[in-house]
Amino acid sequence: MDSQTVAIRQQAEIEHHEHEHPPYLRHHFETVEQQKEAVSFGMWLFLLTEIMFFGGLFMAYLLYRNWYYDAFVSASNTLGIGLGTTNTAVLILSSFTMAMGVYCAEMRNKRGLLISLSATILLGLVFLGIKTIEYHEKYTEHHIPGASFSIEDFTHPTDKRDVALAPDMAQHAQIFFFLYFAMTGMHALHMIIGISILFALLYKASKDAYTKGHTSTIDNFGLYWHFVDIVWIFLFPLLYLISRHPLH
Amino acid sequence: MSTIVRLPNQQDATLPKRSYLNSEYGLKSWLLTGDHKRIAILYLISITFFFFLGGAFAGLIRLELLTPMPDLVASDTYNKLFTMHGIIMVFLFLVPSVPATIGNFVLPIMLGARDLAFPKINLLSWYLYIVAGIFTVSALVLGGVDTGWTFTTPLSTHYLNTHVITAAMGVFIAGFSSIFTGLNFIVTTHRMRAPGMTWFRIPLFVWSHYAASILMVLGTPVLAITLVLVALERLFGIGVFDPSKGGDPLLFQHLFWFYSHPAVYIMILPGMGVISEVISTFSRKRVFGYTAVAFSSVAIAVFGFFVWAHHMFIMGVSNYSALVFSLLTMLVAVPSAIKIFNWAATLYKGSITFETPMLYAFGFMGLFTIGGLTGVFLGSLGMDIHLTETYFIVAHFHFVMVGGMLMAYLAGVHFWWPKITGRMYPEGLSKLAAVVTFIGFILTFFPQFILGYLGMPRRYHAYPPEFQVLNVLSTAGATVLGIGYLLPMIYMTWSLKYGAIAGSNPWQATGLEWQIQSPPPTENFLEIPVVDHEAYDYEWLANKTQHEVTTVG
Amino acid sequence: MSHPTLEDAHAEPHIVGPKIYGLILLALLCLTALTTGIAFVNLGVFSPIVALAIATIKMVLVILFFMHVKYSSRLVKLTVGAGFFTFLVLITMTLSDYISRAWGLW
Repeated sequence: MDSQTVAIRQQAEIEHHEHEHPPYLRHHFETVEQQKEAVSFGMWLFLLTEIMFFGGLFMAYLLYRNWYYDAFVSASNTLGIGLGTTNTAVLILSSFTMAMGVYCAEMRNKRGLLISLSATILLGLVFLGIKTIEYHEKYTEHHIPGASFSIEDFTHPTDKRDVALAPDMAQHAQIFFFLYFAMTGMHALHMIIGISILFALLYKASKDAYTKGHTSTIDNFGLYWHFVDIVWIFLFPLLYLISRHPLH
Repeated sequence: MSTIVRLPNQQDATLPKRSYLNSEYGLKSWLLTGDHKRIAILYLISITFFFFLGGAFAGLIRLELLTPMPDLVASDTYNKLFTMHGIIMVFLFLVPSVPATIGNFVLPIMLGARDLAFPKINLLSWYLYIVAGIFTVSALVLGGVDTGWTFTTPLSTHYLNTHVITAAMGVFIAGFSSIFTGLNFIVTTHRMRAPGMTWFRIPLFVWSHYAASILMVLGTPVLAITLVLVALERLFGIGVFDPSKGGDPLLFQHLFWFYSHPAVYIMILPGMGVISEVISTFSRKRVFGYTAVAFSSVAIAVFGFFVWAHHMFIMGVSNYSALVFSLLTMLVAVPSAIKIFNWAATLYKGSITFETPMLYAFGFMGLFTIGGLTGVFLGSLGMDIHLTETYFIVAHFHFVMVGGMLMAYLAGVHFWWPKITGRMYPEGLSKLAAVVTFIGFILTFFPQFILGYLGMPRRYHAYPPEFQVLNVLSTAGATVLGIGYLLPMIYMTWSLKYGAIAGSNPWQATGLEWQIQSPPPTENFLEIPVVDHEAYDYEWLANKTQHEVTTVG
Repeated sequence: MSHPTLEDAHAEPHIVGPKIYGLILLALLCLTALTTGIAFVNLGVFSPIVALAIATIKMVLVILFFMHVKYSSRLVKLTVGAGFFTFLVLITMTLSDYISRAWGLW
């Protein structure tokens, strides 16, 4: 056959091949379906490790809240409930925008995906911004555990609703604040990593990487983001809402 | 002595023209590989290095213990010796030994897959392992760490000036190497089995690794966060483990042992997987009670999470809690025993031959049984109060880990060596090494049971003179053991150039890895096999070999 | 094997739509307001129980709908369960030691 026919046939073969083996299919997988399921399952297993990782911190929290309940109540009451609730709402909203991002990717809606990812980034940054304000507050109030910690606010509380603590119990407020910084800090670290990845995803999404049928990456990142949200869903009541009611 | 080894005609046999070893050349092709087989080789080399480093520390320990007086090294130095020995042997040798070398190499092939689910993460695991090794060696070189491999607080957080954080970082990173390996194995086993390879047709080696991987994924993160807390406590002195500030040192132990007990099952389960394969092959018989062995592996993994406080009986846990943990410890021994019984039943009326892997497997069965039984003694509260923190404990865990796990590792390396390299090692020398190892092991560690029972504390480098004879026996044994471990280094290396050509199935074993060439091609299979036979089906194998034409080279 | 395995229960190719996401968002925000509000009410020993219950409901909503677990394979559901089971083992068995210390020596 002449060279033109050969060329056409070769082109058809290449296209057929690409249809069966899209460029994002790795060679050790037999089908796209298998790859998708394997990657998703892998992400779930990673989230399991994260559950156990935070689990150790929750265990420490549970123990010391049990032992030093009064110190935990007083210390918790120094956290701004307005900022905390706002942050919780911000993070929940960011989970919504992330889920919408997954939907847009599945609907091959590139503009929608870019907006969703940008909104998620923005909300994540707002969360971190508020956290920074809160951390700064703790710094100025001398509530950071360690050398600069002052038990004054706990032995001689200015608010009449607060109960004055004995000096040794007041010292134990340091353990609360240590766990506060450790747990929210670890959470914030996961947020920072997530936001960094979001920037990368935003860039690749702008190049149509996720709106041509290959939504795996967005799906699985969404799982990570929702997990980080869930951690905060528990951190919020445990750290901010121990006992806000008027005491006795 | 009879043997089942069938090698191709050595006159005209050559290694296959194309295999994973020569498909690409250059350092970059190894350091940036995604091929699970090459990564397994990378691990093999690094693990061997750390094994001998940890062994060197053991040698120094035994040298000091030759005499009752603390005359070789200062007390602090002795503490550093056993700490480094423990950290290196547990985290840089035992945990990754079988999974990362043998598991990485054969698991995908056993399932009929072309690679693990996540090859890049597999490579990352190895790099994390290397970084962990660098941190650990740095801790060593900078002056050492003397907390014991258990990092017990408040000693590690408040009373020591040594390189605790550096060592803890090393362990933290090694933990993530382990997590990613386990994650890879779980996904591969679930999602990449060949057509026809159902859950109850996969080799028991895979079941064991699956169970160990569950432990790796769920347990290791708790160790990670515990070490982070230790580091934070050291850096900022908050009081999370400090009694003077209201903290509880026992909280550390709960969190630490929540991982470290399952860790011992992470270490032994893959070894048990090797034993299943070896015993079946060298008895020419399917493993008795396949389902029982498979479920026992998973049962060990699940129950392994419920018993950690048996490491803490004398530390101040409540009596009620100690009672519960003691009862659960009795329970966790059952699945391990089931496996031993099933292996014994496999041997019964089998056609047994005594090639080197089988010698190691026999060693495993005897020594692991003794080690496991002494574990049951220790699980009973009354005995534990007397035996804990003595050499009885040291003997117990060395019996299961060295007499058990290390022998299983050597069995595995010898069993799959022809597959990995295409060559056989010299059988006479390897049998000698196995016997020397067995004798050396018993001489080293059996006296330690007696020493512990008589009351010699562990982690002490001075002891009452009446214990000297037993200690000298132990050190003598250690020397013999060292020779036993050095011999394979020599003859395995020799075999790479001069060993007989193995062919695809020198042991006439079942299993998909034995149906492809040795060494395997990079893509493992030219065509993904369709599996229609059960595991350990020797009739199927006999039928197949009758009808096949073997060409090598 | 004739009986269905975990792998047979593949994820239904199900796309969760904005309406469901919106409903869940609303539910989560309401629950957040609820948990903050109820912290000001003296429920005695039930305060932490209620707070954790509300948090658990929020978590379940995120897992089932935002993370699509309701529409996922049995394997994924089992995996999530295994994670929580192990977490609970850590918490309860450790706490059992601390709680029973107060009971004295026998």
